[in-house]
Amino acid sequence: MGDSPDSAAISVRGLWKIFGSRARKVLDSEDRHLEPAALREKTGCTAAVRDVSFEVRPGEVFVVMGLSGSGKSTLVRCLTRLIEPTAGTITIGGEDVGRASPARLREIRRHQVSMVFQHFGLLPHRKVVDNVAYGLEIQGTPKADRHARAGEILSLVGLDGYADAYPDQLSGGMQQRVGLARALAVDPQVMLFDEPFSALDPLIRRDMQAEVVRLHREVGKTMVFITHDLSEALKLGERIAIMRAGSIVQLGTAEELVGAPADDYVADFVRDVPRSHVLTLRWIMRSPEPGEALDGPELPATTLVKDAIGVASASARPIRVVDGGELAGVVDRVDLLTFLSGQDTPAKAGA
Amino acid sequence: MSSTTAVGAPSRLRLPRWAAPAGVAALIVVAYLVFRGTGTLPHDKEAPQFLAVTELREWIDEHRNESPLFLYFLNYIRLFVGSLYDLFSGALTALGWPGLTGVLGGLAWLAGGWRIALLAVAGVSAFGVLGLWQSSVETLALVAVAVLLSLAIGVPIGVWAGRSARVRRAVTPVLDVMQIMPTFAYLAPLALFFHIGAPAGAIATMIYAIPPAIRITALAVSEVSPTAVEASGSLGATGRQTLFKVVLPLARPTIALAVNQTIMMALSMVVIANLIAAPGLGGDIIRGLSRAQVGIMLPAGVAVVVMAIVLDRMTTALARRGPHARPRRLDLAAAGALAAAGLALIPVLPRAWPEGWTLNVTAEINAVVRWAETSWYPVTTFVKDQTSVLLLNPLESLLTSAPWWLVALTVLAVAWRVSGPRAALTALGCLLAIALLGTWEHAMQTMTTVALAVLITLMIGLLLGVAAARSPRYSAVQRPLLDAAQTMPAFVYLLPALALFETTRFTAIFASIIYAVPPVVRLVEDGIKAVPAEVVEAAVSAGSTPGQLLWKVQLPMARRAILLAANQGIVMTLAMVVVGGLVGAGALGYDVVVGFSQRTDFGLGFVAGVATVLLGVMLDRITQGADRRPSPHRRKST
Repeated sequence: MGDSPDSAAISVRGLWKIFGSRARKVLDSEDRHLEPAALREKTGCTAAVRDVSFEVRPGEVFVVMGLSGSGKSTLVRCLTRLIEPTAGTITIGGEDVGRASPARLREIRRHQVSMVFQHFGLLPHRKVVDNVAYGLEIQGTPKADRHARAGEILSLVGLDGYADAYPDQLSGGMQQRVGLARALAVDPQVMLFDEPFSALDPLIRRDMQAEVVRLHREVGKTMVFITHDLSEALKLGERIAIMRAGSIVQLGTAEELVGAPADDYVADFVRDVPRSHVLTLRWIMRSPEPGEALDGPELPATTLVKDAIGVASASARPIRVVDGGELAGVVDRVDLLTFLSGQDTPAKAGA
Repeated sequence: MSSTTAVGAPSRLRLPRWAAPAGVAALIVVAYLVFRGTGTLPHDKEAPQFLAVTELREWIDEHRNESPLFLYFLNYIRLFVGSLYDLFSGALTALGWPGLTGVLGGLAWLAGGWRIALLAVAGVSAFGVLGLWQSSVETLALVAVAVLLSLAIGVPIGVWAGRSARVRRAVTPVLDVMQIMPTFAYLAPLALFFHIGAPAGAIATMIYAIPPAIRITALAVSEVSPTAVEASGSLGATGRQTLFKVVLPLARPTIALAVNQTIMMALSMVVIANLIAAPGLGGDIIRGLSRAQVGIMLPAGVAVVVMAIVLDRMTTALARRGPHARPRRLDLAAAGALAAAGLALIPVLPRAWPEGWTLNVTAEINAVVRWAETSWYPVTTFVKDQTSVLLLNPLESLLTSAPWWLVALTVLAVAWRVSGPRAALTALGCLLAIALLGTWEHAMQTMTTVALAVLITLMIGLLLGVAAARSPRYSAVQRPLLDAAQTMPAFVYLLPALALFETTRFTAIFASIIYAVPPVVRLVEDGIKAVPAEVVEAAVSAGSTPGQLLWKVQLPMARRAILLAANQGIVMTLAMVVVGGLVGAGALGYDVVVGFSQRTDFGLGFVAGVATVLLGVMLDRITQGADRRPSPHRRKST
């Protein structure tokens, strides 16, 4: 085990990926700080990932969010060196991936990290069961064993009875379930998702998101999830990293991103999020004014704002917000209405 | 009108766009008038270049068993290919007609069901009915050997090229040149190194057929879904595992297409290979061509076409199958039964096709052809003579009487303008090499024939292509005809030409037109149809008439496809005009043919073959840039 503490499943330090024949030269010069367009103009190289660092905790769902071209897909491929990073260190389960030999790297890919792809990447000439068993097959698992395992996984992802179908006989959502099953079949510690649902219809997408939440609860894998869809990020992510032009501009919980955007870019992003669904009472509570009645209903500070509305309408008295058994502040009807009407600036959040 | 004046006004001092080309053209005309008749390079049958090559051959033939290159390398290849051929022809002969019919029928059933099987059985029987059983078996064996070798070499190279951009860049120019080489060009060098006979024929056929095997395999491999490859890698597959479990299975349908194209190429070469004494149906065809007897060559031609159709349908059925289709048990049983029945009948039935079942129609065909020739004589002679007098002769005398340096400069100027400096220099180099080889006059004559054939081909091709693109009903009628035309080997087109026009220059022109028109029509039609529907819709909704739509939208947007069609037309026409040497086209084609039939003229034939290739490369370079370069308007504006 390296110096990285066991508490992190994945640790990334100073990761760079520059495409182009003169990548190393650019990295060593000051050019690396240029804007992407200027850099391409000057050197012909494209910096897809620029000095990215983060840690993913075991069992966490870590979401990387950004628009297309922000470098998020390159970032996730660098983690298992499907794309060779230009600089930086990556440790997975305490092991330095960058130093791994090709054989060792294959072992990591076979047993520790698996990936789900946007366009599924299924093999049309193989039955569903053989697609799911592919990872075990290349490890040399005997046919009976791998088919048994594939059968278990297929029922886990809700594809009972489709083992003998071919991928092109399934709908898009079901095909991605096969992709999910293939990644799960090798029992990895970490699963990487590269925009897995963006090729699906909105309704199916919602089902699949629920599926991932359920799977995460049941199998408890560490997950790194790439998406360009903010609502997906907010729904799945325990922590979210927002990427822009190859760098992470903000990393935090959904509540932190919506409540305290780091810059205008992030603020612009989260503008349309229904804030009452994301923010908790902690963000809008205030100190009680002198003489204010403190015998109203009591709610914990982690209550979502939308969930406080029912309580507030049932009682005319201000809600007492408690944190760890102590009174942290109060929220009354006027506070709630002000917040819901959107006049409330997130200035309070910083406080 | 007003728009042109508005644009023209500010640049009144500048010359109009056409001024420079017009000036150059005028200069060339003046130079021609002044220097006509000087600096020509008349043909000399005894030129030292030719004699040197003839002597080289004599020397090689004498020392074939002494030089280590031959003793330890070339002779072994020859021996290996020869024994492979013996193996195949031995096996096919041993099967006899009942066995061969049964086995081929069974294979066809596996490939595409009972319809294809029926076609195969009927096709194989046709060889016998035509009285050509033995030569058909020989041709089949030769094709089998050539295709097997092509695939054994071509598919691995193709896979390599498909996975590595560097290999692809190295291989592509070689394939480009190979594909514009006329069938003839391979024969003389191969005769030099591998002597004559079945092995040399098989090797020539293999070399001719290998480009599609490499090219289409490379395409197939490079088109494999990158996500599937990446997914395999992300699960820790080794390169080998990904190749055999993902890449090759996914590329299989397209590789089947490569097999199909390789077989088709081999079939068109296998006939020509008879010129270096390869066995099979080619013998009858070449004999018929050289005696101008359609009756001799028609049955053999039909047999080759039947073989082409059977093999084509079998392999396309294979290519069309879905990614996970497996033969049903019923099909397996039926195919097995058919093959078993055929094998069981071997001892019962005679091995050779029974005499009584053949149909000899040579005399009848000759009679029909003679009738056609005499009764259409006025029409065909009129067409023939008018083209000769009005077009061929003036153009030919223009090219042969012009000084060589003037022709070279003209080629340089045209190629520069159309395809840019690099292509222009290549074209110039080819032309100078032709002059140095001593084949100038004949090359100019061949160029005349090619130019005329290309002109007519393009006119007909454009007309039919536009018609097909505009009328779905007409296209539905024309499509199957084009498909059929493209599966036919090149020399088949000489048949009707020979029947109508006997052995003259015009015969080759006619044959090359009907040979080259189908692909041109197809490219033009596809190009026009590829114009996005929204653009057409926008033009129609703006009130364009069908004519305006065609001239202002569809043709300009299909420009690249049309230029590609012109390039294809030129390459194909050249190939055919050379084959036309067999039926009186004269010039380079005739030199090549003479080179094979008379030992003393081997050098002439060899050099003429090289000159044909140079001519082909030159014409290709002059035109190929046209479809890659942005249009002149865009170039000006940026």
